Amino acid sequence: MLELKNISFMVDSEGADKEIIRDISLTIPDRKMVVVTGPNGGGKSTLARLIAGIEKPTSGKILLNGEDITDKSITERANLGIGFAFQQPVRFKGIRVIDLIRLASGNRRMSIANACEYLSAVGLCAMDYIDREVNSSLSGGELKRIEIATVIARATKLSVFDEPEAGIDLWSFQNLIEVFRRLRENIEDSSIMIISHQERILNIADEIVVLKDGVVEKQGPREEILPGLLGTASAVESCRMAQ
Amino acid sequence: MNKPDEIQLRLLREVADLHDIPEGAYNIRANGESAGRRSTENIEIISKTDVSGLEIHIKPGTKKESVHIPVVMTQTGLKEVVYNDFFIGEDAEVVIVAGCGIDNCGPKDSEHDGIHRFYVGKNAKVRYVEKHYGSGDGTGKRILNPGTEVYQEEGSSVEMEMVQIKGVDDTIRTTTAELAAGAKLVVRERLMTHGEQNAVSTYVINLNGEGSSADVVSRSVARDSSFQKFDAKIVGSAACSGHTECDSIIMDNGRILAVPGLEANSVDAALVHEAAIGKIAGDQIIKLMTLGLTEAEAEEQIINGFLR
Repeated sequence: MLELKNISFMVDSEGADKEIIRDISLTIPDRKMVVVTGPNGGGKSTLARLIAGIEKPTSGKILLNGEDITDKSITERANLGIGFAFQQPVRFKGIRVIDLIRLASGNRRMSIANACEYLSAVGLCAMDYIDREVNSSLSGGELKRIEIATVIARATKLSVFDEPEAGIDLWSFQNLIEVFRRLRENIEDSSIMIISHQERILNIADEIVVLKDGVVEKQGPREEILPGLLGTASAVESCRMAQ
Repeated sequence: MNKPDEIQLRLLREVADLHDIPEGAYNIRANGESAGRRSTENIEIISKTDVSGLEIHIKPGTKKESVHIPVVMTQTGLKEVVYNDFFIGEDAEVVIVAGCGIDNCGPKDSEHDGIHRFYVGKNAKVRYVEKHYGSGDGTGKRILNPGTEVYQEEGSSVEMEMVQIKGVDDTIRTTTAELAAGAKLVVRERLMTHGEQNAVSTYVINLNGEGSSADVVSRSVARDSSFQKFDAKIVGSAACSGHTECDSIIMDNGRILAVPGLEANSVDAALVHEAAIGKIAGDQIIKLMTLGLTEAEAEEQIINGFLR
């Protein structure tokens, strides 16, 4: 379980303090898939980076299973069980897919067959990718799926996915929904946080958090929150149709 | 002939992946003397009589054979210049493994300057691997100045892999090549310098014949206060294609100078150069840290991959 207590995050914007996250308190319970949504610029990615330790909050506390991890480094948090899938996966010259999966799993001698299972889990034909370098020869969609595979390979207590749908074509997206559906089925004692705009991802959430202007605007079970969100979306759509 | 000692055997493992006497033709040079040699039916190794060095004659049509000519030095203050000439017959296909390891525990500089000349016959295919390595905690420098000259006849192909990862204090590497019609040269250089080391790598590749091509790619890492210069020039004098690339990671107080050069003397010469120098990207380190690595481990993985 992850708890955020009164988290604020400020950045320096042209000499003035700009508050990106404002006094957010939030819990990601065990065995739940929580989807964080909301307009662009609302602070969703920043929230994910604060959880992974890439950014440090200006104030507030972050607890993982009751342990205060606010001052812990990215590495320490990773070793305590926080996994993070980047919105824009990083490319590496010379590092192969197999190397990355081995590093992620913590088993440097993991067999190729075992590593391939993680690639198959994200819908990649494993043998075509396992020896490829994680460089610019891979497409955005391929990289994205490899990124997700590295997080799955970590078998973490809390997995955070920052906009997994970004940069993925529609065809790959169908498969991706299946990947997350399976992750949800096998959640056991872990929890999952996904940042997403996609209705189909919102559809498989246990809980939905709506983040706007750095504050939690709405939060609750999917059944309560989703109809309101879709209502807004369809209203906008019907206005567009009317024009 | 002296049997190699433990340190020499370790150096042999580093520079030529040799764990035992190699198969095929070989010559092992240790502290300026021959420590073993074998010629085969198709590959003859003979000593030069005018200067120090070897002549290696590979018969036309030789297929799937290899030549190992590693050099190891463990004696401080030794300085040698060695001339090795390779005559590769038409249609031959061979792997040549050279390389030099210096272990200097003493106060004096140790230096090996290997001048390798390759005369590559028509349609012959050569893969050349050269690794340089230094070790030892003496105050004397470990110096390697390889000179490589390649003369390629029509339709021949040469692939060179040159690696210097550790322990060489000073190196000036000079590679020149002359390519006839349809000849192809591929060079992959990997270099890491640390401490106060200096490394200069200069290429002049002349694409003289129609349809000739060259692809020279250097990946390097300069750490601590080391300095590297990569100076690669391709001269296209016919309908040919040439590409040079210098891709470098700079760390600490390292310095790198990349001097890509292209000279086109024919309207049909297609020449391209690329050069990029930069520190390790912060998001690469962050990604590996999210996989549980420390910052130092992340850097090590990134560099290992980069120099693979």
